[in-house]
Amino acid sequence: MSSLTDSASAAIDLITQQDPMLWSVVARSLWVSLWATAIASATGICFGAWLAVSRFYGRGVLLTLLNTLLALPSVVVGLVVYLLLSRSGPLGYLGWLFSLKAMVMAQSVLVFPVVAALTRQCVEDADRLHGEQLQSLGAGAGLRSLLLVWDERYVFLTIVITAFGRAISEVGAVMVVGGNIEGFTRVMTTAIALETSKGDLPLALALGLVLLTVVLCLNILVAALKNWCLRLDGATVDPLQKVWV
Amino acid sequence: MNAPVEPHQPSQRKKSLQLQLQGVDVQFGPYMALKQIDLNVYAGERVAFVGANGSGKSTLLRVIHGVLPVSSGQVHWQSGVQQSMVFQRPHMLRTSVVNFVALALWLQGVPWRAAKEQAMQALQQVGLQDVAGRNAKTLSGGQQQRLAFARALAVHPQCMLLDEPTSSLDPHAKREVERIMEHWIAENSSTLLFSSHNLGQVKRLASRVIYLEGGRVLADLPTEQFFQQPLEKSHPEAHLFLRGERV
Repeated sequence: MSSLTDSASAAIDLITQQDPMLWSVVARSLWVSLWATAIASATGICFGAWLAVSRFYGRGVLLTLLNTLLALPSVVVGLVVYLLLSRSGPLGYLGWLFSLKAMVMAQSVLVFPVVAALTRQCVEDADRLHGEQLQSLGAGAGLRSLLLVWDERYVFLTIVITAFGRAISEVGAVMVVGGNIEGFTRVMTTAIALETSKGDLPLALALGLVLLTVVLCLNILVAALKNWCLRLDGATVDPLQKVWV
Repeated sequence: MNAPVEPHQPSQRKKSLQLQLQGVDVQFGPYMALKQIDLNVYAGERVAFVGANGSGKSTLLRVIHGVLPVSSGQVHWQSGVQQSMVFQRPHMLRTSVVNFVALALWLQGVPWRAAKEQAMQALQQVGLQDVAGRNAKTLSGGQQQRLAFARALAVHPQCMLLDEPTSSLDPHAKREVERIMEHWIAENSSTLLFSSHNLGQVKRLASRVIYLEGGRVLADLPTEQFFQQPLEKSHPEAHLFLRGERV
C-alpha cells in the first residue's frame, strides 16, 4: 500500500513541479502515438472498409490473417521493423533506426490491424443492414463503403481511441526500434520499463499514473467532441456519456 | 405440385412490355426463396404481390430491382427504364433531409447544386419541406417513410417498387403514405410494383394481384377477379389466404 501511496504522491509532485524532463517524455509519447494512430487510422479505415464490401477469392483467409494480427506481440513488430530499418535491411537507406520516425512506423504497424479489423466488422455489419439501399441508389462497392464509414463516423472515434490506447501503452516495439535514448527516443512506457529495472518502483508507478492521466484527458476530449457533433446533428446524446462530459 | 400459372396479360395491348422475368430461382444456401418465377409486367401496370410472411414477396422485389442476384433465370428490363425502390424500413443516413434526397440524384449524375434544388421539390411533394435542414435520423417513422418516397420520386422513376411501404407505420402515418402513393398513381402513368399484407390497400391501389406462396406464383389475376370471383376451384391457396387460413 505504501508504495502505491508513495507513487501517487510522486506522480502529483511530478505533475505539479512541472519537471521539464517529464513533460518532454510525455510530449514525445504523444507525438509518436498520435502520428502512428493517424497513419494507421487513415490506412486501416480505408483497407477495412474496402475489405468489408469486397468479395474475392481468398477473402476468408485474409480476414483470418487480419484477425490473427490483432494478437501481434509488440516486440515481434519491433523486431521486424528493426530488421527492415537496419543498415542491411531493405529500408536501411532511410536511416530511421533509433529515431522517432522508426517508433512511429513500428506503432503504426502494430495498430493497423486493430483499426482495419474493427472497421471491417463495423462497415460489414452496416452494409448487411443498409448496403442494399445504398446499392439501390446506384452506389458501387467503393462509394458504398465510404458512405457507410461516413454514416458510422462516431463509431470510428471509438476505434481511433482504441488504436491510440494500444499505441501509447505498448513498450516492446518502441524500445527495440527507438533504443530508449534519453532526451531523444525515450517515451513514457520505455521510461517506466527503465525505472522498474533500476528498482525505482514509486517513480515507475508515478510515470504510469501520469500516462493514464494523459490518456484520460484525451478520452474526455474526444468524448466531448463526439457529443458536440451529435448535438450539432440533432441526434440524441447517450445519457451515459452525459455523466462523463 | 401446383400447375403452372398463366401469366396475366393486360387488356390494353398497346402497352409495352417493361419487365420480364424468365425462370427465376433464388437460393439462400439450401433454402429456395423463389422457384421458377415467370412474370411479364407492362408499362403502367399496378401490380401487388401478396402472400404470407416468407412467401418471397420482398425477395422478388429485390431481384426485380437488381440488388439481389438470381441463382438462375433472367430478369430483363426494357432499356432506359428508370426505377426506384422504397424499402420496408428505409435506412436514414446521418445527414440532413435535403442532402439525403440530393444524394440519390447526385449518384444519378445530377450536379450537387441542381440535385439540392430538385431534392427540395421532391420534399414539397411529400410535405417535408419544413424539415429539410433536420438530421434524417431524427425524423419519426412516418416522416422517414415519406422521406424515402421523396428520394424515390426525385429521380422521376418510370417504375416504382415498394416493399410493404406502410407495414411498420401507425394508422395516421399509413394514411399519409398511402395518400402520397395515390397521388403519384393519379399523376403518373408509371408502373407500380408493391408488396403488401394490407388487402384493402391492394384493392385500392393495384390493377393486378400476384399471389405468392413458398417462393412460387400461385395466382396472377386482375384485382377485381382476385377479390370478387370465387377462387376455391381455380386458385385454392389464394382462396384460403383471403380467408385468413393460409399462413
